[in-house]
Amino acid sequence: MNFDFSDDQKQLRDQARKFLTEKCSPKAVRVVLDGKAPYDKQLWKGLAEMGFLGVAIPEEFGGAGAGHLELCVIAEEMGRANAPVPFSSTVYLAAEALLIAGSDAQKKKWLPAIASGEAIGTLALFEGKGNPAPKNVKLTAANGVLNGVKKPVADGAIADFAVVAARTGSSGRESDISLFLVDLKAGGVEIKGLTNLDPTRGQAEITFKDYKAESLGAAGEGWSILTQVLDRAAVLCAFEQVGGADRALEMGRDYALDRIAFGRQIGSFQAIKHMLADMYVSATLARSNSYYGAWALSTNAAELPEAAAAARISATQAFQHCAKNNIQVHGGMGFTWEFDCHMYYRRANAMALGLGSLNYWEDQLIERMRKKNAA
Amino acid sequence: MNFDDTPQEAEFRAAARAWIAANAPKQYEDELRKSSLGRTVLKNANILEVAKAWQKKKADAGWACLHWPKEYGGRGSSPIERVIWQQEEGPFGQLSRMFIIGHGMCGPTMMAFAREEHKRTYLPPLASGEKVWCQLFSEPAGGSDVAGLRTRAEKDGDDWIINGQKIWTSGAHYSDYGILLTRTDPTVPKHKGLTMFFLDMKSPGVEVRPIKQASGASDFNEVYFTNVRIPDHQRLGEVGDGWNVSLTTLMNERSAIGAAVSTGFPELFEYCSSLMLDGGPAIEDRAVRSKLANWAVKASGLKYTSMRAISALSRGERPGPENSIGKLVAGSMIQDVATYALDLQGAAGVVSGPEDAELAGRFQAMLLRAPGTRVEGGTDEIMRNIIAERVLGLPGDIRVDKDVPFNKIPTRGR
Repeated sequence: MNFDFSDDQKQLRDQARKFLTEKCSPKAVRVVLDGKAPYDKQLWKGLAEMGFLGVAIPEEFGGAGAGHLELCVIAEEMGRANAPVPFSSTVYLAAEALLIAGSDAQKKKWLPAIASGEAIGTLALFEGKGNPAPKNVKLTAANGVLNGVKKPVADGAIADFAVVAARTGSSGRESDISLFLVDLKAGGVEIKGLTNLDPTRGQAEITFKDYKAESLGAAGEGWSILTQVLDRAAVLCAFEQVGGADRALEMGRDYALDRIAFGRQIGSFQAIKHMLADMYVSATLARSNSYYGAWALSTNAAELPEAAAAARISATQAFQHCAKNNIQVHGGMGFTWEFDCHMYYRRANAMALGLGSLNYWEDQLIERMRKKNAA
Repeated sequence: MNFDDTPQEAEFRAAARAWIAANAPKQYEDELRKSSLGRTVLKNANILEVAKAWQKKKADAGWACLHWPKEYGGRGSSPIERVIWQQEEGPFGQLSRMFIIGHGMCGPTMMAFAREEHKRTYLPPLASGEKVWCQLFSEPAGGSDVAGLRTRAEKDGDDWIINGQKIWTSGAHYSDYGILLTRTDPTVPKHKGLTMFFLDMKSPGVEVRPIKQASGASDFNEVYFTNVRIPDHQRLGEVGDGWNVSLTTLMNERSAIGAAVSTGFPELFEYCSSLMLDGGPAIEDRAVRSKLANWAVKASGLKYTSMRAISALSRGERPGPENSIGKLVAGSMIQDVATYALDLQGAAGVVSGPEDAELAGRFQAMLLRAPGTRVEGGTDEIMRNIIAERVLGLPGDIRVDKDVPFNKIPTRGR
């Protein structure tokens, strides 16, 4: 048994860490945080040159053709660095949707552009409050003509294309939903940036008015495709969250070693030690659940739906827990704009919502476990 | 990344599986499978006898204490083979519980510190379960602070005379031998004046009194020593080096990789699948699901953390520190799970008698036994200290008694 990444994959992780340490310092993240750029274009270009954007895209579509395990180790490093680039929306959501459901022509058009860093993609699913559910998709598509409003759309203001979930029926079943592919730069849609919790990853509102779009996948298959995309993204996001949780824990640990109060390192007080130990526990549980998700994703196992939900919940909790208590360990300084703690706190809480709420995934996990037990 | 056995592992697994299928006491399988924390009982048999018989059978066929050297009653197996055996032994592994201390702690300590002739005499019957061993460390004055113990050993010719009291000794009432940590020099700082021995529990002057636990059961004992004689050749390690000897014992306790920790989750999930609440199964209730999901990811997180450690063993590496979280997470989880299982029953949850309670009162038994799991083998607080210090590299606690002669340390708070 080897329930671990291979030496090559670990090497790739080291390579990604080295690259991101150099090119994605907290100072670089702050350029986007402070609103001076919508995302880090230089970093995006660098990620393309390193082959990271297309690591899981097959060679015939311009990628490295490595696989999802390789993407997982890179995702972890992206989370660790708090990278201010549209990686998750482009690589986990848009690219995966194309890989699952795209026609040959659609793949040929967009996947090489993703791998080379020329195209940013996203998924337009949500329409205001609510979790992923067919009934929450109200935007209509009549003969491919879209009408409705999507928000929030992650990285919507900088994206070149979007995969759009639309209602093509009213039977009350999942088959009412179909997917469409929209070139956002071709004009005809209205895009408005939204202020959000984590300015290092933008959110937008996209309005479609009588917009003619091409289909992605067969009509009525939209929900089934989306479910697969969300499961894959749940695992990949979990690795980002694990990377972020580990970094927040390290920041807290380092500060507890440096900071002196009452004549001693604050890390020598049990109140602080135990808080950090609990952060380590949740980060470790999340990592192990995520490894299982990675195994299921990379082997396309029947266990993927359950493994993805478990990874999602565990990693969401761990990142939120570590980011929150990292600020607590830092005391007042942790609550300043100057210290980096809040960047992880913002990212942790934004990521906790991006694929639907924690409660949604809890519900999904138990439903999936129950189905498996019944089978 | 895969869960597949190597060819050698697969071969070992097949052999273990075949032998277990042919030899295990199947008549108890169902009861053992249904056992949970606070409730491991066989209706029509004495579990101690069943366990001893199973252990002897394993030993005769070369399946006992797999990782021990053959000359001491083991099989000389690799750590990964030990894990595979545990996986294959499944519910019958419950029968090894009373040997855990002897096999996991006393045996390795004897192997590291006893004379060769003692190893050859005492280890094989320990491996085969014919003799049961206990560990006599904790005292009323030395729980988490084990080195604060007061049981005295004083030299008298070639013997040592022991006087004092131990507490929380698992299985002392059915043990034949024990390893005993004593104070031989109270005039030096506490860690420096300790010495380890092993002794016959039937020695004159040893008195075992069961402790009635908060749960009502008695798994632990107090052991009193009144002028008990131990020959010097039964000393383990140097005089005054008992603390280092005990660290060997405790390290072995914590390195039990792959041993399944009880979380209560499988029991709760099964219960919620069948329990009807306000006209529907509990598991369809959104609030119940949220609770279940939170415990599900802890249980799976522990399972896959253990898999990561096993993978390191399989590669011939030492596992990292991740496994130190198991007891800490599982201990408070099983307590919370039991509390919730009763809460789901409303007022009826209070009924605990096996004849009237839901699931024969297994969740009530779990609830009453659970506080002990958060204390035994290192309290939650000690476990957090270990993680903070050894994994995260944070400073040790400030120890005001570190350099003080033991007999000058205050003995009462007020």
